[in-house]
Amino acid sequence: MPRTFAEKILAHHAELEHVVPGQIVTVKPAHLMMHDNAAAIIGKINDDLARYGLIDSKLPIIVLDHVVPAVDEKTATNHQKIRAFVKKYKVRHFFDAGVGICHQVVMEQGLALPGTIVLGSDSHTCTYGALGVFATGIDRTEAAALLLTGETWLKVPQSIHITLKNKFQPGVTAKDLILTIIGDLRADGANYCSVEFHGDIHVLPIEDRFTIANMAIEMGAKNAAFPIDILAEKYLASIGVRKEQYSTFWADNGATYQQHLEYDLASLTPVVAKPHTVDNVAPVKAVAGTEIDQCVLGTCTNGRLSDIQLAAKIIAGKTVSPHVRLLVIPASRAVLNAAMQAGYIQTLSEAGAMILPPGCGPCLGAHMGILAPGERCLSTSNRNFRGRMGCKDAEIYLASPATVAASAITGKITDPRSVK
Amino acid sequence: MNIWRYGDDINTDMLFPGKYTYTCSTLNEIKPHLFEDLDPEFAAGVQTGDIIFAGKNFGCGSSREQPALGLRGAGIEAVIAISFARIFYRAAINQGLLLIECPDAVMAYQPEDNVTLQLEAGTISVGNQKFSFPTLPDEILAIRDAGGLLEYTREKLKLR
Ligand code: SF4
Repeated sequence: MPRTFAEKILAHHAELEHVVPGQIVTVKPAHLMMHDNAAAIIGKINDDLARYGLIDSKLPIIVLDHVVPAVDEKTATNHQKIRAFVKKYKVRHFFDAGVGICHQVVMEQGLALPGTIVLGSDSHTCTYGALGVFATGIDRTEAAALLLTGETWLKVPQSIHITLKNKFQPGVTAKDLILTIIGDLRADGANYCSVEFHGDIHVLPIEDRFTIANMAIEMGAKNAAFPIDILAEKYLASIGVRKEQYSTFWADNGATYQQHLEYDLASLTPVVAKPHTVDNVAPVKAVAGTEIDQCVLGTCTNGRLSDIQLAAKIIAGKTVSPHVRLLVIPASRAVLNAAMQAGYIQTLSEAGAMILPPGCGPCLGAHMGILAPGERCLSTSNRNFRGRMGCKDAEIYLASPATVAASAITGKITDPRSVK
Repeated sequence: MNIWRYGDDINTDMLFPGKYTYTCSTLNEIKPHLFEDLDPEFAAGVQTGDIIFAGKNFGCGSSREQPALGLRGAGIEAVIAISFARIFYRAAINQGLLLIECPDAVMAYQPEDNVTLQLEAGTISVGNQKFSFPTLPDEILAIRDAGGLLEYTREKLKLR
């Protein structure tokens, strides 16, 4: 019987011939990703760890990224607790403040291997689906239990089949695609589902796939999935992952899906998500001219080299509006270094951008770019919930790096296709 | 006992603002911030045995577990919604917070209606109507019966 990606990969890991949506299976993930919240996770099981130990020093990946460098004594102490845990239990995969945002680091370091299951105590863990990983977010309690047992249960999801056709017009990006899909499906349209992408995948550079998979959770998805094609293989080779290290799974033709959708990339236009929900999507045209106070270019959605390159190209030779603070936050040190090497950071800084250290920046409202009441921010991040950037009386619009760059110049929401 | 009623897409930032993620993890720290930006009366008025009615996609957003932990700790007997977001659903199981998907009960509820739960039977009475909801799979009931995932895990580890 033809099967979806989710059914195949979960059956394999559960060592079952066949699984069906709704079935509960027991799996052992290859990795458990944690970030600054590792302090709270290990805090739950200090005594248990002392008694039973960490199940496997290669299971956890810990990346300090959410509030780095520490903003106050409390966050500094959390980081300190995590470093002590790493040392005591010889955690193999630890990345201290400054290496980058957890999801970017996991992929860059070759820890998201196609065909594996990776769980993370962060909702955007679904990003690794871009590399054919079955990856999904879990809560802290579950992460704590995993550190002790190395296994957990998963419900086999139903799947949504999305066919992509053709390629983007200039000025339209993967962010516009995923925002459009979320606007159509709404915030719960893919609840509990595996969202599997088919069709002209080869036109999507790997970083575009990261952006798309990253935001699957914003329509409620359990995971996202892309096939491993030549581009994905090349990316993996470029970060030093050998073919023998991974296996690939992909959906069979004729598998059963909850629904089928199709998008013609050539017909898409730049869009934004308006406050205060991600599915409140409108064409940039409809909100063009709206004044903004802050622009954010970065986060695990759009802080990669191609995003910074796109913004630098649009901003080169121009200046950031004096009414706007443009924050640029590379997703990782590797991205920062490459962007410096290529001159993008120079371009952006000369134009008037503030360059912040790799990490989550103001995305979750904890530090570095908190908004004031009544302010409006245009951001490449993935959530615009009320209060997300630290102030409930501020507004967040989500957009592509191209739209953010074009708007930073004018100080108003601007269609990137109108910038000459 | 109070009934709290909220709409669709109540996200984790409304339940518990993200800016407190790294400064609040105990119940006493979490409780004052529950529904802070949405309904300032909740934290002050919530009592043991209260029930929340909500629309679709309750708990969407972050994987932070303070919302589930906080609601259980504040004494919420059950959240009855049209649907729940997946990570929140899982977090609630792991925390022993009871979530019931029962759209008919949500639609039927009118202010002042009496609401009672018959867990064993899998039914909810709302005013003078009765609705049934699906019972949970055994694997998940075992976690709930143990009092939450960590308790369940400890029992398993002891047997090893
Ligand atoms: S960048 Fe934002 S969405 Fe991504 S992991 Fe950090 S806080 Fe979460």
